[in-house]
Parts: sequence; structure tokens; C-alpha cells
Amino acid sequence: MSVADLLDGKRMCICGGSGGVGKTTTSAAIALGMAARGAKVAVVTIDPARRLANALGLEELQNAPRRVEPERLAAGGLEVSGELWAMMLDPKRTFDELIDRVAADPARAQEIKANRVYRQLSTAVSGSQEFTAIAKLYDLDRDGDFDLLVLDTPPSRNALDFLDAPGRLTSFLEGRAGKAFIGPTGFGMRWLGKGATPVLSALRRVTGVDLLADLSAFFGLLGDMTDDFSIRAKQVEKMLTASTTAFLLVTSAQSAPIEEAIWFRRTLEASGLPFAGVVVNRVHHDLLGDSEPGDLAAALRSELPAALAKRVAENFRDYHVLARRDERNMLRLADELPGFPLLLVPHLDHDVHDVEGLLAVHRYLFASRAEREQMLADVIA
Amino acid sequence: MKSCAHPALHVSIFRRVLGLFDHRLIFVTGKGGVGKSTVSIALGLLAARQGLRTIVAELASQERVQRSFDHEGEHFREVELAEDLFTISIDPQSAMEEYLQVKTGPLSHMLGSSRLFHAFAMATPGMRELLSVGKIWELAQLERRTRGAAPYDLVIVDSPAAGHGVGILRTPKTFADIARVGPIAHQGRTIAATIADRAFTAVVAVATAEEMPVNETLWLRDALAQDSLALDAVFVNALYPERFDRDEAMELGQAVDRAQSPLARAALRAALSEHARAADQRDQQARLSEGLGSELIELPYLFAEALAKPELELLADALAVGLGRRRA
Repeated sequence: MSVADLLDGKRMCICGGSGGVGKTTTSAAIALGMAARGAKVAVVTIDPARRLANALGLEELQNAPRRVEPERLAAGGLEVSGELWAMMLDPKRTFDELIDRVAADPARAQEIKANRVYRQLSTAVSGSQEFTAIAKLYDLDRDGDFDLLVLDTPPSRNALDFLDAPGRLTSFLEGRAGKAFIGPTGFGMRWLGKGATPVLSALRRVTGVDLLADLSAFFGLLGDMTDDFSIRAKQVEKMLTASTTAFLLVTSAQSAPIEEAIWFRRTLEASGLPFAGVVVNRVHHDLLGDSEPGDLAAALRSELPAALAKRVAENFRDYHVLARRDERNMLRLADELPGFPLLLVPHLDHDVHDVEGLLAVHRYLFASRAEREQMLADVIA
Repeated sequence: MKSCAHPALHVSIFRRVLGLFDHRLIFVTGKGGVGKSTVSIALGLLAARQGLRTIVAELASQERVQRSFDHEGEHFREVELAEDLFTISIDPQSAMEEYLQVKTGPLSHMLGSSRLFHAFAMATPGMRELLSVGKIWELAQLERRTRGAAPYDLVIVDSPAAGHGVGILRTPKTFADIARVGPIAHQGRTIAATIADRAFTAVVAVATAEEMPVNETLWLRDALAQDSLALDAVFVNALYPERFDRDEAMELGQAVDRAQSPLARAALRAALSEHARAADQRDQQARLSEGLGSELIELPYLFAEALAKPELELLADALAVGLGRRRA
């Protein structure tokens, strides 16, 4: 099973996972591989390594996909028969564009964008990246210019943030809270005065009057737009739960990210989101096999001076510990995800942040099981 | 030249570096996956060894700290892990309930169960962060708001990944600006002042010697500078040992071509891989150190099956050496 099999017939691939597991690289390598196989693919990334961004020609934030010149990839030895497009998400701009799109008129859009609550909302690190990433994905999907969209989810400590945060913001924008401020039963500005309900007066005691006034003004500005947000939210949900969408989990072979991956999959399932498989990066493979450490010392004795041979053997044993750890974690993962493919990418000699590294990851992701085993054997032997 | 008449005095005033543990509050930040939790716990172990009553607070509510000590995940409770070492996992929801309890007393139940308030508190930008950091602030107070709670000498915060980490530090001030007046604004300002007090609060970063973590640490330094904050220490984690020098690597390369036994070839290749990775790390480490213009505290890669108490103790040893050297 390779990524190509997993994504057969899919229009959207969302790569989730906790921080530092190689999501950006994996997303880019997947997009690259699918483009090489003839698809027109756009990869939406949040914060790629500068060198990777440069390698793909993403020097500046455009907030719209740009085509990666085939020559850049051909130089690395990959013929791309389709098209690879890439973009870096600009959350603030995406948010502003969303307001422009749903506001009744430009003047109203301007007012909203100048509102203090909105400014805070659109630039707050927590939540706005997740929310705007989904918003962008939705717009790209609706425009229908691409065969496949690949999303690199925002860097976060917890993979689940990605599922939580957009909903939180959406419900805020839909005005479930706001409706109480301005809605049909609306308190309007009345509650700022005396006869407010106990809940509101308690709220005021905790938050202060100004904050409530600002929020009230914000929801007043949003007005009818809250309905548009609700409609959009439903359509986004439809897009995310569609059978043409694939959630791919990216993890490293260490236990903490693996535990998180298992948890992430459960949450996906509970939310009705289509889980497709796991990519495990930086796997240490067992090289010792059935041999005993003593065999190794003997094998090295004829090749190297004793002191150097000893350090080579020590190094080998250290990596063997890691290989055992990774194997155990992999078994646990396979146990938890019966029937789902684990796509393993070995721990490469160099940190991946250029086209060459991307191509290396891509080769493993798009290899069949037999091919992957052969590639590993070639590296080792 | 008269000002140099008392060199000893000069030195004592200007050159005394505040030890990390002289602060009461330490925020541990860095890119995801670099080992922030591990370093936070190891710092906690070291502080506890020195007799400081220490708590490691997690913000991502993952209870990783407890799990490394084989404790079951307990939410929002101060759990004793070892002598002088505690942990707590903070989530905004529980922090909000506690805050309401303190602020509104009997009304808290009504507010807490009000959908309106819930939606307001959980969706208002920055509110979640403010509530979480409010709890941290409370932990660091000599007079604890939590009834019957004893004060801590040191609060170590295992913060969210870099971007969100800065958000956490910035939120109180932003929120105070937004709310302007009222209890939340007041609370925000109080917490912001605590964070800005560099004798009280330290911010440290953890990085690994790789492209992205190094970039993010440099970015973090700049982002903090915008808020007049600075990194008090930078830890570079998971450094491979330098097992082979360049000449030896050449020798290993030649041996790979000669070697007949598959096992020997595998071991030689593994050694060459290690050499390549270690060399990359040294380049990145140099880039980080030059970029920051300061020394880094080095922590070794642990070739271990799991990071449990013995491994964490090893890291605490390494931290003791690194922090001690810096102070000397």
C-alpha cells in the first residue's frame, strides 16, 4: 500500500499530527508525488522551513496557490506529468477575505475589520490559523481548480486542536453567544443599565462593561452575516466528512506522538471524519536482526582498529535500542489501527528541508511495501 | 576612570547573572516535538533536588508529566510526584470554573452553567489563554487564592509550541487592553506585570539542532523582544555524541567498501549516518548560538527505550552541569 493507493479518487488530503513530526514535509512530499502521477495538486502549508519554501519558490506570502516550476523538481530528478501548486497560508488575510466575501457591502466589511474584537480574533494565534486553514480549503475546493488539495495543518501541541478550534470560532461567529447580546430576545444596550438579568450582571461583574459593549458592537456589525457563517459551517462539515476526503495522520515513532495519533484517530472516528492511514516518520529500522552483539565485534575486528571498532559497535547498539523502541511503538499502533496502513519513512541521514530531502521522503511514501523493503535493504547493505 | 575605582562592586552589580532558579516562574517554550515537556520535568527534578518546592504545570492538558511518573491522569489537581515535586494539568474550562468561584462566589454556579457565559468565555479571543495563565499566576503567588494551598518556590510552565507560547505570554496584556476596565482588565494587567517582571519570571526556550527548531527559536527571541521580554536561557536538546572525527569517518567510508559481512556493513553505515547527523547538528547549533549571540545549554540525545524517571534524572544531571557552568 502506498500513498497513491490511499488517495485514489480523493479530492482532499488533510495531514494532522502533533508538532515536530514532519507534517509540512510529508504534505509537500504527498503533493509532489501525486503531481508526478499526473494530478493537478495544490498543497496549503502554514509555516514551512524557509529553505523548503525557497525550494518551492514560495518566497513571499501570496495567500493563493502558485505553480511550482517543473524545472525546480526536474533538477532533483523527478518528472512531473501533472502540476504542483503550493501556497503559504496568511491567516489574517484569509480572515479579512472571508469578511469581504460575506459582508453585505464594503463599508460594513471595513467597519468589522476595524472592530477591536475582530482584530483580536483574526490575529490571535490560537484558533485563527486552524479556522482560516479550513476556510481557505473550503474556498479552494469550491473553486474546483485542482484535482487534489493537500493541507498541512497548523503547528500545534495537540493534534486535536485542529478539530476543536474552527468549531469554537465558528460558533462564536455564528453568534450563539452574540445572539443573546443582540438577538430577538436581545438585551441590546439595555443590559448595560440596571434591570439586566442575573446572568448578565454576573457576567458584567467578571468581565467589565467595556468588553461586553465591544462584543455587543461586534455582533451588531456581524448582524445577518451570522447566518452565512452557519451555512458555511454546514458546508465545511459536509466537505470534511465526504468520502472524497482523507485524513492522514503523521507521527514520529516515539511514544508520545504515537499515543496522540491513536487518540486523534478515535476522535476523528467519533466525529465521522474519514481516517485513511498513518505516516510514521523517522523510523529506526532494526539492523541487528538475529545476530548477537558478539558477532558484530567479530565482524568489525578485521575491518577497523580495535578502539574505533568498539565505538562503531557502541553506536550500533545505541541505534538498536531505538529500533527496538520504534518497533514496539509500531506494533502498538498497528494493534490500535487494524486494517489501516502504516506508511513508514526511515530516519534519514539529513534533516529534510530542501527538494532533495522532499524527494527522498516522497520515494518512501509512494513505494509499495516490497519496494520500500528493497530500498531499506539497499541503504543498509 | 573614577567609576572603576571599586571593581569588585562593579562586578557584583553588573555581572551577577540571576540564576534560573532565582525566579519564581519559568515558562518553557519551543517548537513542537523538541522535548519541552521532558526538559520541564528535568528542570523540576533538579529544582526539587535543591530543596525548592516546585510544581510543573502543563497547559496542553496531556498529563505527560504524571505519566512519566506512572501516575494516572488527574485533571486540574496539584499532584505530588516526589519530595518537593508537584505537577498540575491546566485546562481553560477548569481554570474558568475556579476563577468564577473565587470572583462571584455563589453566583459562580449560575454563570458556570449558563450557555451564554460558556460560549462567551470559550470563544472570546484570548479568554482561554487568559484563564490558563491566570491559574499559573495563582500558583506562583505566595498567598494562594486556592483555599488551604501551600505556596511554591518555583512554578515551571510546560508551555504550548512557540507561536501559541508567545500568545500565552502576551494574552494578559492584550486582554487588559481590550477589556480596558473591570475585573478582567485588572486581572490581565496584574498578570502582565508579573510576566514583565524579569526578576520574577523567566522565559526559556528548548530547541533541537535542526533547521526548523532553530528558526523558530530565533523567531521566538524576536517575538518576545516586541513585548520587551527576552530568553533567559536556551537549551539545545537531543545532541548526538561526537563519536567519530572526520578522519575516522573517512576510514569508516573505506571500510564499508571493503567489508564482506552484511552485519559489519550495516554497523559501518550506521556509524556514517550518525557522523552525518552529528555534523548537521553542530552546524545548526552554531547557527543558533551565533543567531542568539549567547551560549546554549547542551542536553544529550538519550538512546533509551522510554523516557522514564532514570532518564529524566540523567537529564537533570546534565542541566545541573549546564546551568552551573553558565553561572560560574
